[in-house]
Amino acid sequence: MQRRHLLAAAAAGFAAPALAQGAARVLRVVPQSNLTSLDPVWTTAVVTRNHAFMVYDQLCAQDAKGEIRPQMAEGWVTEPDGLAVTFTLREGLRFHDGERVTARDCVASINRWARRDPFMQVLQPNVAEIQVLDDRRFRFRLRKPTPLLTMALGQTQFPCFIMPERIAQTDAFQQIRDPIGSGPFRFLPGEWNPGQRAAWAKFDGYVPRQEPVDGLAGGRAPRLDQVEWTVISDPATAANAMTTGEQDYWEYPLHDLLPLLKRNRQVVVEQRLLDGTYGICRFNTLHPPFDNPAIRRAVAMAVDQRDYLRAVAGNEPGGWEACEGVFTCGTPLANEAGSEVLKTHSLDRAKAALAEAGYKGEKVVLIAPGDYPQINALSLVTADILRRLGMNLELVSTDWGTLVQRRASKEPVERGGWSIIHTTSSGQSLTLPVYHLFLRANGPQAWFGWPDDPEIERLRGAWVEATDPAEGRRVAEALNHRAMEVMAYIPLGFYWQPSAWRRNVTGAFRAPATVFWNMSKT
Amino acid sequence: MFAYAVRRVLATIPVMAIVALFVFSLLYIAPGDPAAVIAGDQATPQDVERIRASLGLDRPFLVRFGEWVWNILNGNMGVSIFTNLPVTTMIQQRIEPTLSLMVLTLCLAVSIAVPMGVIAAWKQGSWIDRAVMGFAVLGFSVPVFVVGYVLAYIFALELDWLPVQGYTAFREGFFPWLENLILPAIALGGVYIALIARITRATMLEVLQQDYIRTARAKGAGQRSILFLHALKNAAVPIVTVIGIGVALLIGGAVVTESVFAIPGLGRLTVDAILRRDYPVIQGVVLLFSFVYVLVNLLIDLLYTLFDPRIRY
Repeated sequence: MQRRHLLAAAAAGFAAPALAQGAARVLRVVPQSNLTSLDPVWTTAVVTRNHAFMVYDQLCAQDAKGEIRPQMAEGWVTEPDGLAVTFTLREGLRFHDGERVTARDCVASINRWARRDPFMQVLQPNVAEIQVLDDRRFRFRLRKPTPLLTMALGQTQFPCFIMPERIAQTDAFQQIRDPIGSGPFRFLPGEWNPGQRAAWAKFDGYVPRQEPVDGLAGGRAPRLDQVEWTVISDPATAANAMTTGEQDYWEYPLHDLLPLLKRNRQVVVEQRLLDGTYGICRFNTLHPPFDNPAIRRAVAMAVDQRDYLRAVAGNEPGGWEACEGVFTCGTPLANEAGSEVLKTHSLDRAKAALAEAGYKGEKVVLIAPGDYPQINALSLVTADILRRLGMNLELVSTDWGTLVQRRASKEPVERGGWSIIHTTSSGQSLTLPVYHLFLRANGPQAWFGWPDDPEIERLRGAWVEATDPAEGRRVAEALNHRAMEVMAYIPLGFYWQPSAWRRNVTGAFRAPATVFWNMSKT
Repeated sequence: MFAYAVRRVLATIPVMAIVALFVFSLLYIAPGDPAAVIAGDQATPQDVERIRASLGLDRPFLVRFGEWVWNILNGNMGVSIFTNLPVTTMIQQRIEPTLSLMVLTLCLAVSIAVPMGVIAAWKQGSWIDRAVMGFAVLGFSVPVFVVGYVLAYIFALELDWLPVQGYTAFREGFFPWLENLILPAIALGGVYIALIARITRATMLEVLQQDYIRTARAKGAGQRSILFLHALKNAAVPIVTVIGIGVALLIGGAVVTESVFAIPGLGRLTVDAILRRDYPVIQGVVLLFSFVYVLVNLLIDLLYTLFDPRIRY
């Protein structure tokens, strides 16, 4: 017992033992950021997705190996010709308001989600219709075989969560107001104070699968009575709260504070996410000097990923790794075909390449978000490289809110445009060409920077059409090779983002997202 | 005086109208786009445009401003772009911690700073005077967040007497409420104590030179009576003025203090709203702060008549 609690108990006299009786298992969590929206279709914010994993369930989900397994679905059957896939729901599934989960709810939820999910939008032309067969069964009628369908439905990046039909009928661009799902925890709207607190209670009507937990697949058994998020924006205060035991779990501790937490015997610091966080240096390919691929490649020659990763995650052993390709390292498509340019690591050779490419001293505007420590650190390393290369750099330090607006500007730098921005991405998002945002090169439709390269787009289409893994792998190598020639962005390697929890928290497991089922507290 | 008070309250209306126009215009021209923040990285420009349209952010300035003013006049501050909750609800959720922090800081500061200033003036040139002035310089110089971290380190981490963060509502008991607020109030009060102590000392020094003080001494009045009944009452007007002006300091300081101690108050709500460009929340909170500031200054003006009967409105 802490001294302060001892004093409080003494002051309360005989009331203290009474308070201790029947204590609920409440996990007090410091989330990565403020939960401002409850709708995982309306916004792609990771914190909203983490909330949604508690409240909603999925038809199918990724296991620790990345394979898709049934979750709400008892299973699915693909017709021999591949033109129909029938899903059957498990028995006993209920929403938090007591209503049964039916196939109609699933179809409405899929339709709403499909309007926003880029992966499903790629597959959507193949889908002729989604039919409700009965309360527990629905069928995708397909125009051609679509083996990626279950992968889209079970993905973690932009998961397809199942909501009641009446809620799922809301326009995909309007925020829902009613957070009713069928997941292992139910949201407590009365306790939600955005920016400070959010709470979920165990859903007693939840029927978990019987298999052991495996990534996001398997039994999602709620073992806590309540999960409470307290937003603590100041990392030093969050570290202090973990040290004193005022909080039990800190999702994303700042890397600088990890040594402090590791010294505390009551705190465990471990990796929970299965993938690292990848750094991205993005060029604006519309305007000089980075409309010239040779100049983009020259800058890439000066990059040493280790400098970036040390700037973000320090020198902790195992805290980061270089990954000199466009696909997530350690996943089936990862390769370094044509990545020699990223292995140059030479300022002198980069200077020579820059001169050869015809750089004429054009202004380079690099925007750095000061309120986003990791992305700011990546930005400052690039700024240093550009200065040492002798480029005409203007470093604009601003906040993330301004950056996300300014990065949409296609104007030249003299009229408020930009030349380089940085961002980070979960490894999950870079595993497959179909949702690899930074690999798209379809000009005005591409991600900010708007690269236009028909060959990359052709290869991406070829990967979607590929029917066997060997062919898919060959296409992925060609994609990596072409991406290094185009160099629309420089991959900056990845760092691990560990979590910290008090030693009395049990059942933490590794998964593609932060989830709280299977966890308990002694 | 009643007529004066009514006139002053009515005068807040044009002030608030100017503040409203100013805040709305500033937010309109400031960079940042909530639709882009909501849409996230995966969204296409068309998606961002659709979200912007659904939020009504694509409408002309005058239409949006007119609608906002009309809603305000009907007691509706709008709905947060992100949380979908009414701004009034969000303010209600956050007003108690901020109010508690400010009132406790104010009480602490006045009860410490005024005696400090009086004693420093009384013992002018002594070590007490120098110590008080040294503290005042320190109070002005050390940032609130540094004081906050040092206090948290000593009293929460090392001594384990007080919690590091959080807020307990007053209805859950005075001591739990105080336990959470005492460190933030001391941290926030440092600069305020310094300000009031300096002004009190300077004003008291001036008053203590006056003829009526000499007369009181000649009449055999005691030191305590001279200091607190004769001198302090006459020095009160500038002190009360500084206390009023200092409320702005408290509002600004509350933003930092609430972040350091994770207090769910209006300061943090404002910062979060600014970073996300949640326009209705920013407008609502700034309007509220302006209104409070105007009212506090009105209260100070009315208090003058208590301390100086020569003042008539």
